[in-house]
Amino acid sequence: MKYLYYPGCSLKSTGKPYEESLKAVFSALEVPLEELKDWNCCGATAYMSVDEVKSFALSARNLALAEKQGEPAENGMVQLIAPCSACYALSLKTQHYLAENEDIRRKVERGLSEASLTYQGKVQVRHPLDVMVNDIGLERIKGAVKSPLNTKVACYYGCQIVRPYATFDNQASPTALDNLMEAIGAAPLDWAMKTRCCGGTLSGTIREVGFRLNYLILKEAQRKGADVLATTCPLCQFDLECFQPNVNAAAHADIHMPVAYFTQMVGLSFGIPEKKLGLQRLFVPYKKASIGG
Amino acid sequence: MRSPTPAPYSPSGAAERPSLLYEVRKVLKYESELNPEFGKEVAQKAHGENLFACIQCGTCSGTCPVSHYMDYAPRRIIAMVRSGFEEEVLSSSTIWLCASCYQCTVDCPKQIRLTDIMYALKQKAIAKHLYPKKFAVPIMAEEFYKGVAKNGRNSEGSLMINMARRTSLFSLFKYTRLGMKLFTTGRMALREEGIENKEQLRKLLRGVEKAEEEAR
Repeated sequence: MKYLYYPGCSLKSTGKPYEESLKAVFSALEVPLEELKDWNCCGATAYMSVDEVKSFALSARNLALAEKQGEPAENGMVQLIAPCSACYALSLKTQHYLAENEDIRRKVERGLSEASLTYQGKVQVRHPLDVMVNDIGLERIKGAVKSPLNTKVACYYGCQIVRPYATFDNQASPTALDNLMEAIGAAPLDWAMKTRCCGGTLSGTIREVGFRLNYLILKEAQRKGADVLATTCPLCQFDLECFQPNVNAAAHADIHMPVAYFTQMVGLSFGIPEKKLGLQRLFVPYKKASIGG
Repeated sequence: MRSPTPAPYSPSGAAERPSLLYEVRKVLKYESELNPEFGKEVAQKAHGENLFACIQCGTCSGTCPVSHYMDYAPRRIIAMVRSGFEEEVLSSSTIWLCASCYQCTVDCPKQIRLTDIMYALKQKAIAKHLYPKKFAVPIMAEEFYKGVAKNGRNSEGSLMINMARRTSLFSLFKYTRLGMKLFTTGRMALREEGIENKEQLRKLLRGVEKAEEEAR
């Protein structure tokens, strides 16, 4: 089956290692990814704070483009992979509101028609974690593992891949990432911060609050003895990794926690070279040597 | 526009000389000073049909990861919205601290979409410019909005510069090391990102605007 891939702004900049490792892993699994042509920003939390209907229209444009470009899968739906949590949540939210709210649908459809676009609701938005666990399957992933990761991992889902529109996992206590990590030989920790908010953009705006939220997650991972924190979202990764020196300074702490994309970890277990996974781009190094995998 | 707190009561001239008496200040609002339609307006905007079903249980405030930084925790915001405390709500720190993690929304026993209510309040506050002049959260939202409406994509570099222009240029220095590191690891480009078919995007957004104008 072919998947369309909607990178979003982050995976082309700060989240570049996410894109690199995602592509490398899917290619190793022989699952083709085709980039959505001329995709636009989902608007994230910031655009929604200014204008709601236009924010839905932004996502509707991507859905319309995907419907036109992609081939429907067996269930009749074009499969669109959105790795960034904001893109994922907003695309799903847009679908919900278009389906249930007459007023919003009418306004968005007006916009689409002025732009010579149509959207019939034939797109299924997927997170790569969902695709890896439920479409590709853990057995196939286990079969591709060359060097199991002998490492203690804190699986961090963040907020927006499970809330508010979880489609593939339990909202309160998700397990997909834990199962995937187990499949590649890592030991997922039992910890309470799986879906706790990282603070999102607060780390760049109201730093005192943002850094505190970052700290709580990092500190708990450290206390539980994690070697690495595995993340599924470019904003979580950025906050928890790039601001780590600031978080340490603000909390008088000494945390040194690698924060890797789950795709980077899967890639490592497959024996994909570190450079192809973008590991050299991380601020807090996470290297295979350090984990003895 | 009325100021958020009512001015202290002072008979003419009394304010100029130091008073030996207590300063008398009205601490409650008269009903006539409230906006009785505010609750309905917000409920409509945020699809908050359930807003008036709130039982004030406080689950939202308890589950919110940032409620201890807010001037009014989410439960109080709901009560204030329903009662028409428009100025207090729209000038509160609460709405800007909400990071949209949706914890309250999924935990609310009455299925009130609190995160969407917070968005509706942010939209209203931004439309009325009801926020401190150099406050980073709404400024980031506005600059992000402008950039995406123009180019179809966000560019982190120009977002940071445009924010710094409106908050404090000094903040750019705070980020110098971070910016350099992002640049050297290939995680931030200096060029402005954008889509090819900007005309299509412009028509799309203009179409929504037209539909909204006609609905008014």
